Amino acid sequence: MMRVSELPRPSPERLLLQAQAEENKQWGARLKIFLGYAPGVGKSYRMLDEARRRRERGEDVVVAATQLQQSDDLQAILRTLELVPPLETPEGQAVDVAAILGRSPQVCVIDPLAAQNPPGSRNPHRWQDVQELLRNGISVLTSINLLHVEEYREKVQAITGKQTTETIPKAFLLAADDIVIVDVPTDLCLSRLGEKLTSIGISNSRERQLSELRELALLLTAEVVDAQLESYVHAHGIEPVFGTHERFLVCITPECNAAPMIESGKRNKERFQGELYVVYVRRPGISDDENATIECSLEAARKAGATTEVLESDDPIAAITEFAHKKRITQIFIGHGSQQSWRDRFFGDPVLRLVRATEGIDVRVFPH
Amino acid sequence: MPAAQDTQRSKLKVYLGYAAGVGKTFQMLADGQAAAQRGLDLVVAYFQPHARPDTIAQIQGLEVLPHRKIDYRERTFEEMDTEVVLRRRPQIALVDELAHTNIPGSQRSKRWEDVQVLLDAGIEVWTTMNVQHIESLNDQIWQITGIQVRETVPDWVVRQAAEIVAVDVTPEALLNRLKRGAIYKPEMVEKALTGFFKGSNLGALRELTLRQAAHEVDLRQSAYDETSAFQGPRISEARPGGPTGDQPKERILIHITADPSTAMLIRRGRRVADYLHADCIALFVHRTAQLSELPVEERQAVEKHVRFARSLQIEPRVLGGSDVSKTVVEFARRNQVTQIFVAHSEGRLLERLRGKNFTENIVRLAQDLQVTVVADRSRRPGL
Repeated sequence: MMRVSELPRPSPERLLLQAQAEENKQWGARLKIFLGYAPGVGKSYRMLDEARRRRERGEDVVVAATQLQQSDDLQAILRTLELVPPLETPEGQAVDVAAILGRSPQVCVIDPLAAQNPPGSRNPHRWQDVQELLRNGISVLTSINLLHVEEYREKVQAITGKQTTETIPKAFLLAADDIVIVDVPTDLCLSRLGEKLTSIGISNSRERQLSELRELALLLTAEVVDAQLESYVHAHGIEPVFGTHERFLVCITPECNAAPMIESGKRNKERFQGELYVVYVRRPGISDDENATIECSLEAARKAGATTEVLESDDPIAAITEFAHKKRITQIFIGHGSQQSWRDRFFGDPVLRLVRATEGIDVRVFPH
Repeated sequence: MPAAQDTQRSKLKVYLGYAAGVGKTFQMLADGQAAAQRGLDLVVAYFQPHARPDTIAQIQGLEVLPHRKIDYRERTFEEMDTEVVLRRRPQIALVDELAHTNIPGSQRSKRWEDVQVLLDAGIEVWTTMNVQHIESLNDQIWQITGIQVRETVPDWVVRQAAEIVAVDVTPEALLNRLKRGAIYKPEMVEKALTGFFKGSNLGALRELTLRQAAHEVDLRQSAYDETSAFQGPRISEARPGGPTGDQPKERILIHITADPSTAMLIRRGRRVADYLHADCIALFVHRTAQLSELPVEERQAVEKHVRFARSLQIEPRVLGGSDVSKTVVEFARRNQVTQIFVAHSEGRLLERLRGKNFTENIVRLAQDLQVTVVADRSRRPGL
């Protein structure tokens, strides 16, 4: 009955990484990422502390890369762990993938993940080394700073004014088996970043910058957790989970006053850090003028950051309800109709019918 | 009600997690150790007596204040002794489990109320809580987990915190801890695995925690803009791109009835208003404006809802009017309301034909306003 056009598809890159992740799982290798919003939040400590505990529980753990500067705490843990020394070249260090493969541990610690390998290395990027280890059945614990996530490059640059050279695709994070955010208050992070900063006087804007990065890191982790939740639900064939994330669905028709609805959808999406969908259920016998109005609204919706879809159905209420459930929508925006048709008088106001049909979802009705 | 902010009042820091065992208390104590080493005057004011071994190890060397022992129904319970903390007057007091309900016979019924007393006395408080205890999330938690959480903390208590720290761990690691017996006693583990800790619950609660933490961080950013010192979040004030710039401020009106769904409506309205930086008011309409003229049961239900709205800092109004829906809509128009929140009531055909369904009548009458029909989240969406 319903055909969904313009289905959003994951990027080929993400699909590839997901396929690789599936393959890795057959070997029992898991990738665990420790994400932080800035240097100094304590990622390395959290990760090495876990490595130490795993070793105490009998897992075979090695460390293949470490931060250049180490606190006393970190050094104390590192002394208890086995190190596979990195390859040294005049241009820099690289993880010794061949040596690790030869040593074949259960778990390998790589700190940090964002590093460009020197020219002539096995792989251009360290994250590719990690993939090679995973493919060979070695689990990896690694740390990532938000600053090094490719898709956040512009945002981070806008916030910090600094250019990041080495980046990791977000798809790499989305395909990880586990992700943990290491969250600390911004003032603590600032004090750990060094007394140097305090001596020159930290401006409030600096703390605000850190706070913005912190928010982004929390939301990125939430996104990864949401993706994991979705695959869990698929894998176990259970009911989708509603309400962890606000998802707005704006339903437009040629008659409705679409602009304020889309505008409100955009604002809600921003405020709730949610997702926005704008759909139109195509009716048979629609005029060219009406079609143009719809096209115009859909274009505005895309500009507002919405995912737009056109559904084909002779029962708009059923089509919207089905779409809303599939997308785990939490709020539906609809407009009041301009006049009631004989059909509406017979079956009831379509707005009210939709309200009755969409149990568990809020419905916001907009003025005509 | 929170006391007005003054120079005396101290700061609140909340360690937010998504389940027992994620490491909130551990993290709080570890930070406490670091602070004590820096020479801050810090005490542990309340600490679960049945804590886990790792956590107990983390308390070594910290000053732990005696608890208050209260006999209730032939058993002895331990609560934080707020008087002892006030007399000791430390710089920082660590108080575990903010959402805890005190045993009957305590001076205050909720631990968060004790915490207010400490803050008012100028003592900084660090505390722990799980996301499912946030009042306005109660129905979403119910929808997600099928569990109704009884112990809640009003949103404004969390919002007044100067700092929220997300304590994160993967569900896998949490389940390992649980199975190793590091969280509950062995006889409790099986129950936990089929209840709160089952399947998708942990992932969903974790996602909610991360989003809540991100929201709390976002709210506090505007505080950095104009002042040098942190002043506490001021969510209803202007901020760049905020509603007072180019758009008129939103105002939400919650329609209170005697129906139990009103509690859900109030929680949802509060949450949406907070996210949209909107004003939030509530209205109950009856033939006469005198609540005393209502039948006893109805009056008690309405009074309960009015008190609940107040506890979430929503000012409720009571108006007389023969036509309830019409009175609500006219009140909304007079008071520049932009959105009316109504409950999704079971629309019985007979009720509809008699025009007795407030929700549907308000939707029909208020065609010049936005009307949000709030879902009954005790039901999962399903086709």
